[in-house]
Amino acid sequence: MNQQGMHFEKLKIASFDFTCCEGCQLQFANRESSLPAFFELLDVRAFREISSEKHDDFDMAFVEGSISRSDEIERLQSIRKQAKILVAFGTCACFGGVNSLKNRIPIEESVVEVYGEHPVETLPVQKISDIVQVDLSIPGCPVAKEEVERIVVSLVTGSKVNLPKYPVCVECKQQLNTCMFDLGEICLGSITRAGCNAVCTSGKTPCLGCRGPAEDINFPAFTELVKERGLSENDLREKLGFYNAFEAYRTDET
Amino acid sequence: MIYKVISKPEFRKFIDVLVRENTSFGPRQVDTAANGNPVYQFMPVASADEIEFDYTATASSAKHFFLPFRDELSRFSFHDRTFEQHIAYESEPVVLIGLRPCDISALNILDDVLLNGRYPSPYYLAKRKNTFVIGMDHLPLPDCFCKSLAHHTVSTGFNLFCSDIGEKYYLSINSSKAFTYLEEFQTEEPSYEDNCLMTQRRKLISGSFRTEVDVTSLPSILDIEFESPVWDKWGAKCLNCGTCAMVCPTCYCYSVDERFDIDLKGASRNRQLYSCNLVDFAVVAGGHNFRPKNGDRLKYRYYHQHRGFAENANQQICVGCNRCGRACLTGINPKAVINDLRMEKESCMTCVSPSPDRT
Repeated sequence: MNQQGMHFEKLKIASFDFTCCEGCQLQFANRESSLPAFFELLDVRAFREISSEKHDDFDMAFVEGSISRSDEIERLQSIRKQAKILVAFGTCACFGGVNSLKNRIPIEESVVEVYGEHPVETLPVQKISDIVQVDLSIPGCPVAKEEVERIVVSLVTGSKVNLPKYPVCVECKQQLNTCMFDLGEICLGSITRAGCNAVCTSGKTPCLGCRGPAEDINFPAFTELVKERGLSENDLREKLGFYNAFEAYRTDET
Repeated sequence: MIYKVISKPEFRKFIDVLVRENTSFGPRQVDTAANGNPVYQFMPVASADEIEFDYTATASSAKHFFLPFRDELSRFSFHDRTFEQHIAYESEPVVLIGLRPCDISALNILDDVLLNGRYPSPYYLAKRKNTFVIGMDHLPLPDCFCKSLAHHTVSTGFNLFCSDIGEKYYLSINSSKAFTYLEEFQTEEPSYEDNCLMTQRRKLISGSFRTEVDVTSLPSILDIEFESPVWDKWGAKCLNCGTCAMVCPTCYCYSVDERFDIDLKGASRNRQLYSCNLVDFAVVAGGHNFRPKNGDRLKYRYYHQHRGFAENANQQICVGCNRCGRACLTGINPKAVINDLRMEKESCMTCVSPSPDRT
């Protein structure tokens, strides 16, 4: 591909899933109007969800899901060896995601609860950066395709990859939404990284922080606000723990 | 200015015709807050029945009709080694109904910055010229402090302004367009009684303010208090969420980025309204952040709002609508911050300066 006297190479990508719903990978096939142009930028070497071909000469690995089995650890490590760039793709890969809820109960109990008389080997859930070095994180449950497109374009053209550093409130206010706190709900929008276009709060659902903390958040002021408004601290704990994205800020868990 | 009065039913008819034939926005109730208060916003309206003429104040200002939150400033199309740039300033005509005097004052301030300065904005001009502004007076909310900034009345910057004098609206007609439209409807010259009612209405509004913010000498106080601990105190509360700037009628700061189209055959230059409270507002090339502290960022918002920048001859740009104060989740509001700064200053005056020696 040539443009403005520059030559751009397609990205040789592969996409992999671990413990997840595969919804983030499915986003690769979303936004039909720009789909042909999007795949012009990619040389898909392996991608179970959209192609039966499988090659292992990729440069860039998109990894969806968290890690919850020992064989997953081995597979992730071998992907890391091959990939020049490893991308944590989606909330599960970046933070552990919803799967991390299982870490709240002893592992033996969860196995019995889920598998009954047919137990399987399972580990407490880990995010992929607990196992391997991650070069780029694209959070979201699911990832926002528009953002994925922008990042792919940046990678192809050698531009800087940027995620918004500010919280969801900016995008929420731009859509003239009524603040969820004014509607009596705890919303994590003011501490969560923007880029989702405030999709949940626009649908009157409080933000659960799937995109993780915005940069340099004021966590003490946020918890104080919940207290001052007389809202449930248990609800706050539940929301902060939902995607495990605020792990670094939780001090109340044992 | 030409003054007329119009009966309320006739006024409704006038508005109805106007909104049916034009892209129009007016105050509508969008939610009921948990405390029972209605939440209003300027929303699309297709008939007079959809407009809440007796609304209080909108949660967000009317700024985005003139300065969109996100705007494509230009498009680029590539041809091998050359490119073309396309810029369009076109803007469709819009009718805005129900702006408060403070909202219109805010537009006049934006005019100062964006039209009367050294670099007028053609994007803003196109929208401002193509927007028909109908103002309406109201009784202040308990926390409105526009009177402290003399923005509770307005005499310019609108096409038509309507004061509620009971059975009728007292109209201040400020454009030939408004005059021509109204010719199709039944209006009258204000009678002696109408003028009395109008004077009473002004007095009632002026006497109804319950919040006062002393803004005298504020520019100099802000300069003197540059290192004040007040900024650490309020900065500790700031979530850096940018809500204050988004709902503000005069915060106009923005960021610009350029992006390739996904087919790499073109690109766009985009503007997004930003806030000086956002963490990376003062990050420069190379990554240095000139304002890494919450309190510093908050301070600069107050500086811009209440001390003014050179762009508009160092005038305060705050109009006293208190939308920022209402929207702030952690209770940061101009009244409290400014009062704190003043106390800081005054306590300093009393404890440090000894009385002149009279012996």
